[in-house]
Amino acid sequence: MAEPRLIEISPVTRVEGHGKVTIHLDANNQVDEARLHIVEFRGFERFIRGRLLWEVPVIVQRLCGICPVSHHLAAAKAMDVICGVDDLPPTAEKMRRLMHYGQVMQSHVLHFFHLAAPDLLFGFGAPAEKRNIFEVIKENPELGRRAIAMRKFGQDIIEATAGKKIHGTGAIPGGINRNLPVPARDAFLAVIDEMCLWAQDALALARRYTQEHDHLVAEFASFPSNHMSLVRDSDGALDLYHGKLRALNAVGGTIFEKLDYARYHEVLVEDVRPWSYMKFPFIKELGPEKGWYRVGPLARMNTVSFIDTPLANAALAELKQETSGAPNNSTLVNHWARMIEVLHCVEKIRELLHDPDLQGTDLRATGQRREEGTGVIEAPRGNLIHHYKVDENDTVTYCNLIVSTTHNNEGMNRAVKDVAVKHLSGQERITEGMLNHVEVAIRAYDPCLSCATHALGQMPLQIELFDADGGLLDSRQRSA
Amino acid sequence: MTSPDFTFVIDGRAIPGKPGQTIMEAADAAGIYIPRLCDHEGLRHQGGCRVCTVKAAGRSVSACTQPAAPDLVVESETPHINKLRRDLVEMLFHEGNHLCPICEASGNCELQAMAYRLDMTAPTKMPYLEPCRELDVSHPDIALDTNRCISCGRCIRASQDVDHKGVFGYVGRGIHRRVAVNGSDLAHTDAAVTDHAISAEVCPVGCILRKRVGFATPIGEREFDHGPIGHEIEGGSSD
Ligand code: SF4
Ligand code: SF4
Ligand code: FES
Repeated sequence: MAEPRLIEISPVTRVEGHGKVTIHLDANNQVDEARLHIVEFRGFERFIRGRLLWEVPVIVQRLCGICPVSHHLAAAKAMDVICGVDDLPPTAEKMRRLMHYGQVMQSHVLHFFHLAAPDLLFGFGAPAEKRNIFEVIKENPELGRRAIAMRKFGQDIIEATAGKKIHGTGAIPGGINRNLPVPARDAFLAVIDEMCLWAQDALALARRYTQEHDHLVAEFASFPSNHMSLVRDSDGALDLYHGKLRALNAVGGTIFEKLDYARYHEVLVEDVRPWSYMKFPFIKELGPEKGWYRVGPLARMNTVSFIDTPLANAALAELKQETSGAPNNSTLVNHWARMIEVLHCVEKIRELLHDPDLQGTDLRATGQRREEGTGVIEAPRGNLIHHYKVDENDTVTYCNLIVSTTHNNEGMNRAVKDVAVKHLSGQERITEGMLNHVEVAIRAYDPCLSCATHALGQMPLQIELFDADGGLLDSRQRSA
Repeated sequence: MTSPDFTFVIDGRAIPGKPGQTIMEAADAAGIYIPRLCDHEGLRHQGGCRVCTVKAAGRSVSACTQPAAPDLVVESETPHINKLRRDLVEMLFHEGNHLCPICEASGNCELQAMAYRLDMTAPTKMPYLEPCRELDVSHPDIALDTNRCISCGRCIRASQDVDHKGVFGYVGRGIHRRVAVNGSDLAHTDAAVTDHAISAEVCPVGCILRKRVGFATPIGEREFDHGPIGHEIEGGSSD
């Protein structure tokens, strides 16, 4: 009788937390269960205890080498609350928004061109040597040139608002430490129209790909789920920087609406499973089986009522048409959604650059100190929650973070399982194509794994096939 | 009767000296910067850190304490001496816990600026002690992160000689010698945020912190964003 088998996929490098996929086969070589293991973040919540409150927005940037600005801003928002500031001076809020749009833009561009484009252009089954940005540039030099220029534009915005491209200091409790001088503004204005055109082209590429591969998109890691994000309080518009929480179910029914994010712990439960360091959040009233949800670009396209910039809003309408207005549950549509957000960010940046408030000098507000504060932001990868308590000596006594990768934990596990069931079951040997499909499913969520996002175009992977007693049946390795 | 002014030589340049001046004071006046950490304007010389080491008449001496003398020949900016200085600065990074990207002193910190000036670009292979002492946050307006203290003693001298208080003192010996407050914690001393010892200029690193200042100064406007450490002295040179 055939024994149940365990397939293990683990990244070789462990730079910033690491992930590992184990696929459990039953005796008939059918996928029984698939698990994505991620080790990250918990140590950090302890490390931050005892530090001074104004250090936190700077320290938290070390959580993630890929989207430090999102942590910077979420922590700063929580510290605004703790410092008793509910309304920032307009210059401060607009500078932070500018920083955030620059960050989302550069992160999405990086993901799309460097990580997704090789898969999309050459197919998931293509050999590893082919699936990287260098091959994309070789075949399409103009696309490569634009990718680099757009990413640089986003990074330059970050530098102009935070002082540095990485580990800046711009946002401080109650405000910002700089404004945008006119020469810097004019340098951005000089290229913003070009950015807008390129963003539209990239969006068209993502849309075309999705529509041309509708069959693949419909079956690849596509499954119903709830969706959650911030939306603008006044009208439900897409708002990446601030708003109230909204959650919808797989067919668009409201689960909660206009929820003050400081009350996140009343509606979300963070489930712990013995095999994973990363928690599994779910919506309390629905329970762990039905209450899990997805966050990120596609979740946002599903939750928002509309987008308040015209080009991105028209693009959203096209995306919504695919599902006749209902939530879209296909993992791969994230790429399309991501490029709609790039266009939205470019439009928002343009709007802000024309706003004289960016040259204002009232940068910081103060207020009555509070003990507790929560800051939430829509980061490139989705909703990001920072929650702190601070004692009367100004030091942090409690910290709880829910990062996008954690929100998406269940969704990513389901995506891996879905792909595994369709592509791995019944296979005797581990093939490169099998690895690639699992990798593409994880990567569509853009998790904060160095292995998933640092290596240009390919994750260093190790896959091992065990029998029930732990004996090695087959092994395959690929390094970046 | 006072002795007359004289000249002596630093790195081949003849510069004027006055009786009673140290080599460093005469060099400063002539626009020549000699690296330093424990010495600070307005405080008595201590001669502790040795970063100001120069060769005078063939002997290694601390420029902050050694008197200038007629016709003395001093070497300062030589590869050999700068290597020695770099080694000393490196050791300070090994003894403390310095993570500049999260430190609010970054850009204003003399230790960091000295490391840049001396070309300390890569970590060494030696182990880092990385102490994890708890912060002293007891005082309403002042915080202490002694993991970054370089035991320069500037706060001790400022508190004693300028503030006439004695908030800080040394405890322990040798490599274990470090600065502590004279009380169970800072709240139990008579330290005030207006003390000279607490002012931004006295502590060269991010150890003595004035609460709620944090990262209010943007990158680009911090002290050493304007030039390397010593540039004000060098910029003041007549040639
Ligand atoms: S005290 Fe200076 S050297 Fe130490 S971490 Fe702070 S900036 Fe860096
Ligand atoms: S606390 Fe600052 S001034 Fe005092 S000895 Fe330490 S480094 Fe020097
Ligand atoms: S500056 Fe002379 S010994 Fe420290």
